[in-house]
Amino acid sequence: MTPEEWTAVRLSLLVATTATLASLPFGIAVAWLLARRRFWGKSLLDTLVHLPLILPPVVTGYLLLISFGKRGPIGAFLDEQFGIVFSFRWTGAALACAVMGFPLLVRAIRLSIEAVDTRLESAAGTLGAHPFLVFATITLPLCLPGVIAGAILCFAKSMGEFGATITFVSNIPGETQTLPSLIYTLTQVPGGDAGAMRLTLVSIALSMVALLGSELLARRIGVRQMAA
Amino acid sequence: MSLEVDVDHARESFHLSARFSAVPGLTALFGRSGSGKTTLVDIVGGLIRPDRGRIAIDGQVLVDTARGVFVPKHRRRIGYVFQDSRLFPHLSVRSNLLYGRWFAGGGGAAANLASVVDLLGIGRLLERRPDSLSGGETQRVAIGRALLAQPRALLMDEPLASLDEARRAEILPYIERLRDEAGVPILYVSHSVAEVARLATTVVILSEGQVTAVGPVADILSQAEAGEGGSVLAATVARHDAAFQLSVLATAAGELQVPQLSAPPGSAVRAYIRGRDVMLSLKPPEQISALNVLAGRIVSITPSAGGAQADVRLDCNGANLTARLTAKSVQRLALAPGRPVYAVIKSVSFERS
Repeated sequence: MTPEEWTAVRLSLLVATTATLASLPFGIAVAWLLARRRFWGKSLLDTLVHLPLILPPVVTGYLLLISFGKRGPIGAFLDEQFGIVFSFRWTGAALACAVMGFPLLVRAIRLSIEAVDTRLESAAGTLGAHPFLVFATITLPLCLPGVIAGAILCFAKSMGEFGATITFVSNIPGETQTLPSLIYTLTQVPGGDAGAMRLTLVSIALSMVALLGSELLARRIGVRQMAA
Repeated sequence: MSLEVDVDHARESFHLSARFSAVPGLTALFGRSGSGKTTLVDIVGGLIRPDRGRIAIDGQVLVDTARGVFVPKHRRRIGYVFQDSRLFPHLSVRSNLLYGRWFAGGGGAAANLASVVDLLGIGRLLERRPDSLSGGETQRVAIGRALLAQPRALLMDEPLASLDEARRAEILPYIERLRDEAGVPILYVSHSVAEVARLATTVVILSEGQVTAVGPVADILSQAEAGEGGSVLAATVARHDAAFQLSVLATAAGELQVPQLSAPPGSAVRAYIRGRDVMLSLKPPEQISALNVLAGRIVSITPSAGGAQADVRLDCNGANLTARLTAKSVQRLALAPGRPVYAVIKSVSFERS
């Protein structure tokens, strides 16, 4: 593989890992809200979370560009107040991936929280545990397989995200040129076929490792909880 | 410590209205299914917010709808043993037991764990996982977990309902010890007369959401509306008759011979005698098979079953005994209050609970 290809693979791993880890706390919070709470605007939140799954990725990317771009209202605010810049940076790629992976993350976690018996939670309450501690000591450990499954899905989605990323942060080698972006570039230039094929194989391998890993983890936790 | 409850709660077509207080010892909430027993303990435990009312423990108000007070369940320090035990499946028995102790402040905790484990006989189970326990073991661990949270009162919602006879017999002695040693009020939901007769100090009868009677177990269970119109006699084991596998109980009314008990001589037990197991005779019966004959005097005769039967209450040397007879027998023997009679009870009619 060429140094350019290695850079793209490393960048993709960095972007996907960052996107997954950064969205995980929010994903758990939103999943818990949707699974356990009733509040005004719940279906609106549900729709918003799922929107990136249905919208064309280019549209999501464009929306990110006009809100988180340098002149966008949120982007400008974050730049002035905290010095955080998303546009045309790898952090922007991570943001795009996080948004695109979020519905998958929330969906898996929500289902597994719904499967946790609320009677166990109220029992923990009668033993003196504050609702936050009930969540940390009972709900979270019991829905861990779902959290892991959701995180792996989000990671895999991030590794393959193309449309929103390229629209939002373009295709800058070394900064925002992720694995799918480079494959796309290589297919556009003469003689790029071999490189595209190498990256395709890398892509397949990474996806399979992620899937296998999640399967093994889920099984181990499943076994532990069966034995529990 | 005492627990005062005065609440109203409406839910669809059902209205619960209950007022009673519970002191250390075991207060049984007794009634048919659907009478509101579980709703009532859920309200005391803080799982349900009542429409109206006041709940206080040791003078500390837990709920007062008039003043807008509602202490959430995690700050009530009221232990709850659920019918379905609800052990945490991802934690070992030891971690389940210690779960509440984290939040109770943990003072003197190590000694506490040892004594609770000893009280409930669960020392062998500590490293096991909940799903590897039998039903009886599971329920004992659930009781221990509630106790170790150092509760000021203990709620038990039919803790034996999901267990078979043998498992019940295994747990009942532990609940008796709890009643005598824990020193906190225990609110015990049950629809089993045998359980209530054996365990309760005080009985609260619930019927369609209303409290219809409150009082000491011996008085309440002999009332017809409590169910079968039986009576409870306080007794001590006098001796065992190993040759015939019988035990002799000493009661105020006289000696009773019952199928052999495991309790050693000198221990206090209760005999629950169903009204329909008692026969009355005007003369001391001779040459009959029944082993128990108690002399007494008729106190009252209450018609039941639409006039076809009558519950005859006797005073046997200070102890209350009820016999359920047909109206025909009452007339044939010309039974009337004040009349001396002899109550005949077959030993085989006693069941161990």
